[in-house]
Amino acid sequence: MEPIRGEGLVIAITGPPGVGKSCLVDGLLHRLAPEHIVAVLAVDPTSPLSGGALLGDRIRFSVLDDDSKADSIYVRSIATRSSSGAVPSIIQSLASHLLGNGFGLVIIETVGAGQAEIRCAAIADRIIVVEGPARGDGIQAEKAGLLELADLLIVNKSDLPGADKVVNDLTMSLSITDDSPEIIKVSALTGDGLDQLPAMIFALESRVSSQRARNRQRLLMAHEHLLTANPNFEAILDRISQEGLSLAQALEELS
Amino acid sequence: MGERQRIIIAKPGLDGHDRGAKVVARALRDGGHEVIYTGLRRTPNQIVRTAMDEDARFVGLSSLSGAHGHLFPTVCNLLREAGLNDVIVFGGGIIPDDERSALHASGVRAIFGPGTTSSEILEFISEAAGRNCGVGSQDPWHWGE
Repeated sequence: MEPIRGEGLVIAITGPPGVGKSCLVDGLLHRLAPEHIVAVLAVDPTSPLSGGALLGDRIRFSVLDDDSKADSIYVRSIATRSSSGAVPSIIQSLASHLLGNGFGLVIIETVGAGQAEIRCAAIADRIIVVEGPARGDGIQAEKAGLLELADLLIVNKSDLPGADKVVNDLTMSLSITDDSPEIIKVSALTGDGLDQLPAMIFALESRVSSQRARNRQRLLMAHEHLLTANPNFEAILDRISQEGLSLAQALEELS
Repeated sequence: MGERQRIIIAKPGLDGHDRGAKVVARALRDGGHEVIYTGLRRTPNQIVRTAMDEDARFVGLSSLSGAHGHLFPTVCNLLREAGLNDVIVFGGGIIPDDERSALHASGVRAIFGPGTTSSEILEFISEAAGRNCGVGSQDPWHWGE
């Protein structure tokens, strides 16, 4: 898979469920359209039981009710489906096509949990991680992988008590590196802090370490893609199950 | 179980009741489909735009307000105008029996009232997906005829 080429910018907005990513994207769209032509690729998980998905991010996009803005916004809901490799590559092609067809900004919105979702975020040129207060605890180990990808950290729901504590916790946990992302506090509900966001996003520099983390995800993804795209992949799987082919031998045959 | 479809579940017009739409959306998801719910009080234009942006094969319209006779055909017409002739439209809600044939004639392929089972809706999706019965099709077929 080739890196995205084009004039525009691809950003990912990611973070745990319920921190207000969709509302934040809506707030951003209100401030970007109609001056900017923006596409949102909203990624939601597929149910592992049925293979179906309920894609509800659109409901949060009140900006689509405004006819003067809706025409410069494209929203596409995407389910992760079963594979952790296929969807990120589809999103990559989608983003490339959108950039090539006049979209200046592509926003990939995805939950920052699970390999498929993190890989969807890793496609972007810049990654914004959203956090929020009242999530029960300080910085969990599970978030470490996400934080290392962040070029900007947004603490949403600044109207709620506890937002300052989250900012402090994040500052503390990131202070051990000298390459830590900027942390800002906003409220998608009240609009507090949102007016500065568009300019910040367009001027956002990628951190050296997040770039490395992102490329790591991309490399893993490309590698997995290479493996699963091998025409013998299924046959080798059968031989592992039926003939006791070792994993090392299987890898050798597939590479 | 048929192929996975992308389905819009929409609430057109001034109607604040979406429990039914949400139950149907959930049932379709559990049936293995990808469902995009529009939220309440959408205009026909917004629904058509959503179907276009989301590359949906089906649009399900829910109405309990009594305005289905205006809204459902409007959505069908706008879909045709937008060139989305292959999109299959179905509806549900409180739709009197004697108003159904007009809706069928406008392009609505199935109408599900209270008491419909989720498996019946899934059967419709699977059968309709195999027919050329989008809003632009001349096929007079409709579900339950």
